[in-house]
Amino acid sequence: MHPAPSVIVFTTLSGAGFGFLAFLSLGLVGATGMQAFLIWALGYALAVGGLCASTFHLGNRQRAWRAFTQWRTSWLSREGWAAVLALLATAPLALQAIFGLAVPVVLGPIAAALCLMTVVATAMIYTQLATVPRWNHALTPVTFMAFALTGGAVLAGLGLWAAVLCVALSAILFLGFVEGDKRFAARGASLASATGLGRAGRPRVFAPAHTAGNYLMREMMFSVGRKHRARLRVLALVLAGLVPAAILVLAPGGVVAAGVAFGTHLLGALAARWLFFAEAEHVVGLYYGAR
Amino acid sequence: MPLSDQNAYGSEPSGTFLNRVHSYEVQPDQGPAQVINFPRSCLHCENAPCVTVWPTGASYKRAEDGIVLVNEDACIGCGLCAWACPYGARELDQAAGVMKKCTLCVDRIYNENLPEEDRQPACVRTCPTGARHFGDLGDPTSDVSRLVAERGGYDPMPELNTKPVNKYLPPRPTGAAAGTDVLAPLLGVKATGFAGWLDRMLEKL
Repeated sequence: MHPAPSVIVFTTLSGAGFGFLAFLSLGLVGATGMQAFLIWALGYALAVGGLCASTFHLGNRQRAWRAFTQWRTSWLSREGWAAVLALLATAPLALQAIFGLAVPVVLGPIAAALCLMTVVATAMIYTQLATVPRWNHALTPVTFMAFALTGGAVLAGLGLWAAVLCVALSAILFLGFVEGDKRFAARGASLASATGLGRAGRPRVFAPAHTAGNYLMREMMFSVGRKHRARLRVLALVLAGLVPAAILVLAPGGVVAAGVAFGTHLLGALAARWLFFAEAEHVVGLYYGAR
Repeated sequence: MPLSDQNAYGSEPSGTFLNRVHSYEVQPDQGPAQVINFPRSCLHCENAPCVTVWPTGASYKRAEDGIVLVNEDACIGCGLCAWACPYGARELDQAAGVMKKCTLCVDRIYNENLPEEDRQPACVRTCPTGARHFGDLGDPTSDVSRLVAERGGYDPMPELNTKPVNKYLPPRPTGAAAGTDVLAPLLGVKATGFAGWLDRMLEKL
């Protein structure tokens, strides 16, 4: 699948942002006043900035509001609702932290749950696609959730807990790479089944359907850069989890350490998310003899 | 809205198509390979994954005839439905920014201003070899239903459980009939006269 920068930025930043907002909603960062304002503003900037980036993926942005209508069947629609509800539910908590307003205690867990539901809905947009076997797996929402919790915990300065999450994230990523490589074959689709010509013999592509590219080939048969997949996988594992974990353990506390750890984590997250798209193969590629 | 082209007269012409024709070579266990032209367009699936993923409700499957259509005025161009389709039947129009797909010529098949023989999808009506057929597969006595039953019509990529409504008919076997070998008469040729003498002499050398 084509790794569109808008979608990579969206899922990476929004994921970390909503994870951070979830920890803030649970009151795990004890800041008040101006400090609280800056911290909450960072959470909103990541979450909302990511959502804005996602609209650059649309062909008709002015109609984006229509995406809210089909929440009963569409995960993209549910994601929109969850994001709006999460941002609404966290607002009173932000005001509480900054101005000391009284807010019912129960709102914290509700807002945190809505933040994490947004992340799950984002992941389900990809997980639901039977046509992309690598995504169509339980590890996809698990990975998205691990990224959100890890990014959030590192930003929230949760120290050792954040380090544990970092290591867990690297383990989940590794498992995802190993399992993901088996998925296309496990789905069982081939040129023979896609064309139904397997019953007559062994089919192969004889002549291309067209000489230049088309939307399908640009969007779903992305293969440029897969040659660096092994190196990028190592970079993702090391930068997203292992290096931030080492920083958090060796230099505990302090805004600088958390900032460096988060910056490193974000680089690894971007590499992992690029791979998430670039490595994913769509079954329509079979018709072109490409993957 | 018409289907747009990009760089139509340039080095990399591209555009939005509702029907693309591939060519495959099939090598049977015995005998010569066969070339098969394979059109790929919307199969109007009963279990259409493209419809359920739509966030805006702009794509729908009609209850009365099962045709899958797009309301282009409500499409946000997110591309998710094209991702959900295993057959590559949907293409995002690069000029309009909305999804385009085969409509089964819904504007032709019910159009009473057209002569009855023209009330068919354009691809069926214009196919010079009559390779495509149109009719009601929901009616087991219709011509197309009988054709699918007789020829063993099948679903492509059945493992994705999309239950396509359109069926593919397997290609008829081609090639020389059993027992006729057009080159056989040339294999047993005996040289006569001077050539025959030369043949015998050379073999003795």
